[in-house]
Amino acid sequence: MALSPADVLAGLKEIVEEVAGVSASQIELDKNFTDDLDVDSLSMVEVVVAAEERFGVKIPDEAVTDLATVGDAVNFIVNAAK
Amino acid sequence: MAITVKTGSHSRILSVGSYRPKHLVMNSEIVDRIESSDEWIQQRTGIESRRFAGDDESVVDMACWAAQSAIERAGISVTDIDTVIVATITFPHQAPSASTAIIERLGNPTAAAFDLSAACAGFSYGVAMAHDFIFAGTSRNVLVIGVEKLSDFTDPGDRATAFIFADGAGAVVIGKSETPGIGPVAWGSDAENRDAITMDPPWTLMRNTEQKSVADIDWPNISQEGQKVFRWAVYAVSKAALEAIDKAGLTVNDIDVFIPHQANMRIIETMAKEMKLPATTVIADDIRVNGNTSAASIPLAMDALLKARPELHGKTALIIGYGAGLVYAGQVVELPPQP
Repeated sequence: MALSPADVLAGLKEIVEEVAGVSASQIELDKNFTDDLDVDSLSMVEVVVAAEERFGVKIPDEAVTDLATVGDAVNFIVNAAK
Repeated sequence: MAITVKTGSHSRILSVGSYRPKHLVMNSEIVDRIESSDEWIQQRTGIESRRFAGDDESVVDMACWAAQSAIERAGISVTDIDTVIVATITFPHQAPSASTAIIERLGNPTAAAFDLSAACAGFSYGVAMAHDFIFAGTSRNVLVIGVEKLSDFTDPGDRATAFIFADGAGAVVIGKSETPGIGPVAWGSDAENRDAITMDPPWTLMRNTEQKSVADIDWPNISQEGQKVFRWAVYAVSKAALEAIDKAGLTVNDIDVFIPHQANMRIIETMAKEMKLPATTVIADDIRVNGNTSAASIPLAMDALLKARPELHGKTALIIGYGAGLVYAGQVVELPPQP
């Protein structure tokens, strides 16, 4: 099922807010998970698993390290859902 | 001629004992070497301190001290023990086993004895086997020991592991019971991810000194892929924990105490959230002061909890171990009665 980048971003904002307590207003495409949003490596796993469930995609462990920014995650999920 | 088979009885944990090494090591003492900080370590693991065993605290020493305490609290004699299972991955001899050194020292050198290699799941594997041995009539009183001296196999300069692993021993005596005191085990593995936690290289490389000197070969220190282990522990092992509760005919609301392997406080908290444990369930957090002691962590945490909260004796607890393999095992148990 095709997903729009806007829908994925909206969903990710909810997930990151829930997992890491980051205000949704701070979560933009160019934000780095670690440096800007203070999402550490273990919280990132929680974000990824929640995103897998929500969007019906697989995000393997090997791919997680490449997801530096919110935009990286949106692109990965949109492509994985195609 | 027909073979005669006798059957046994239900079993329960009669007692628990533990040994913590003397040397308490705070985060501040190890952070410089790994360019880390107390705050960083606590945020990611919950660990405030750990204990490292000295030269006068070997795997066998620690195991014997924990076992003596458990046997005394069970109110039985060491000669009443007919089976000894030692879960460890840090006894530095392939043979003879740690278990035979322990029973010889304890003064019961004729009991059945063997070591069990299931890393951080080893204690729960041992409890499952002890239950089955008693249920089948094979054994009467089983001593299950989890013991590790992980400081011997951890690189103090490894930024991913140096602050996690620690030393100690815990032991339980498992014996007969009128009613079921140990539930069916939920166990298994995810061997496709066996590279996620390793001790490399193998000992045999030490012999192959034709091209390299022994000094050039890496010591087999433990290493792990933190994110992969976290994901597996939180999302796969939690399901196994729920399976153990279901197999015992209970629901999460029946679990008074949750004593998972003390791997990382973040794993423990996220597991509890995934399992939807009620807020009233007491959750063991011995990792905060004792670090990750692999096979020893569940009995160490159990003993600490019963010391701090004596009213928990006899309550219903879920124990679950998970670690290198990757392997896991968990079961519902009735905590031992007050000695």
